[in-house]
Amino acid sequence: MQSSLGARLLQIIPTMLLVSVIVFALQHLLPGDPAVMLAGDSAGDPHVVAQIRDQLLLNRPIGDQYLHWLVGVLHGNLGYSWELSAPVTTLLLQKLPVTLQLSAMAFVIALATGIPLGVISAVKKGTPLDWLATSVGLFGLSVPSFWLGIVLILLVSVDLGWLPPSGYVPLSQDPLQSLRTTIMPAFVLGNAVAAIIMRHTRSAMLAALHQDYVRTARAKGLSERVVVWRHALRNALIPVVTLAGLQLGTLLSGAVLTEQVFDIPGVGKLVVDAVFNRDYPVIQGVVLVTGLLYVLINLITDILYAVINPKLRGG
Amino acid sequence: MTALVAGAKMARFKWKRLARHGSGLAGAALVAAFVLAAIGAPLIAPYGPDITNWAAIRKAPSIAHWFGTDEIGRDELSRIIWGARASLEAGVISVLIAGAIGVPAGLLAGFARGWTDAILSRIVDAMLAIPFLILAIALAAFLGPNLRDAMIAIGVSTAPMFMRVARAATLDIMTRDYIEAARAVGNPPWRIALRHVAPNIAAPVLVQANLSIATAIIAEASLSFLGLGEQPPTPSWGSMLNAAQQFLTQAPWLAIFPGLAIIAVVLAFNLTGDALHDALDTRRGK
Repeated sequence: MQSSLGARLLQIIPTMLLVSVIVFALQHLLPGDPAVMLAGDSAGDPHVVAQIRDQLLLNRPIGDQYLHWLVGVLHGNLGYSWELSAPVTTLLLQKLPVTLQLSAMAFVIALATGIPLGVISAVKKGTPLDWLATSVGLFGLSVPSFWLGIVLILLVSVDLGWLPPSGYVPLSQDPLQSLRTTIMPAFVLGNAVAAIIMRHTRSAMLAALHQDYVRTARAKGLSERVVVWRHALRNALIPVVTLAGLQLGTLLSGAVLTEQVFDIPGVGKLVVDAVFNRDYPVIQGVVLVTGLLYVLINLITDILYAVINPKLRGG
Repeated sequence: MTALVAGAKMARFKWKRLARHGSGLAGAALVAAFVLAAIGAPLIAPYGPDITNWAAIRKAPSIAHWFGTDEIGRDELSRIIWGARASLEAGVISVLIAGAIGVPAGLLAGFARGWTDAILSRIVDAMLAIPFLILAIALAAFLGPNLRDAMIAIGVSTAPMFMRVARAATLDIMTRDYIEAARAVGNPPWRIALRHVAPNIAAPVLVQANLSIATAIIAEASLSFLGLGEQPPTPSWGSMLNAAQQFLTQAPWLAIFPGLAIIAVVLAFNLTGDALHDALDTRRGK
């Protein structure tokens, strides 16, 4: 297991190098002079444009430009936001905790709803309960998160007045108020992932319920509840955990829209604002960091998979 | 011909099962209805998409305007019917772009194996490492905010999925006896790839395409919602929802109906995708 973990760690390097190439290449998609475009609203200032040209070595061959940029990135220099007058790394460090809090809450909500719904749907296969759970899952997959957010704001905040429609309070400042401002966005964000987890739990449970060990457990006289929740689910959860881990990337994507709808100052809001301010270094920084996060999440999922899967644990 | 017969066996495509799939048929009918609405928008829509009526600003749904009117008095139903064009166009074209990049790359990776496969697979890993919508937003931001570039951005971001599906299917096909037989009779590699492998990976690629159209429609709506897709005044469900946000309390119908349209069309593609997946029957087999 240690050697496979080592190999898995080594695999990250070429992947991240290629992600960096994609991120670097983005600025060359810009029409016209990259220095002028990267300066955004400061493009009229020749001093700023000259400074960017010098910093990015734009007069040198593209290979030199990439290596220079990569060395900077490896030293934590993701560029400078002329719009916000701050290094991109600083901005990301400020905004990331907000998005991570939102994503973590969404993930918990997705697991807490997706797994039980999937189990119930599998156990009650062919009944109206199964039909209802499957329909909820399909609806969850088909509803755009930003629309769900808008509708919930209308219902829960405008009509009922239960929760604030927008804004964010940091967890460290007031945990209860933080929960009140993030529970609805987290639900919206977790919705699609819950649907995916539900569908996969259902099919994994349907497969598990036909296995010999389930028949043996039943033959031993164990109650159906114990058979379903302790024997079948424990085994069905192994592939679901892997899949759920991969969905964390979906959460990072979804956060862009959710933060926009609920006006939450996370990485998603940062990147959307950057798009409108043509703050290209920020966009590149967000792409690179979310890519890195996703790769790390995949690695953790692989390790978790090896830990919970008895077949791999022994090897 | 042999390859096609073998391919049909490989896919175990159950046309009868597809025909019996009630929800799949309902989905297909709904897809057809949206396609017809998009094509026939000039005939079906009760008003022009850009015709303003200053006497009917933000009017609630009524007999004259079934889905109400927007902030400058345009008929919401007509704009939703016209908006189907942007959504379906984006869904189909971006998936065609994704397929045009991903399928040949996957076929090449699975067929050539070795270094070609290793390099292409690492590129796909890297692209998949960047969350889909963030990559699409970044590409759209750098390319420019319009529907054409949004479709390119979505297509490029979706291509890795097609590459994976095509590669896996190719690897499976390459183990078949008829490929060995085609080699034994002296067919050149390009002929084996194009005549014997390519037709047989069509079924899984078709399923992926159907599901990807649903994802691409949501992605287009998301980009338009953020202001990176279709630009006003051309109607698009995402940009209509963006505008509706400003009038949530005064005119909630402006936010409800475009969203329901997105859900209906995405649901329709998901239902047909599920039915195709079942008919392909990769797991049950018998």
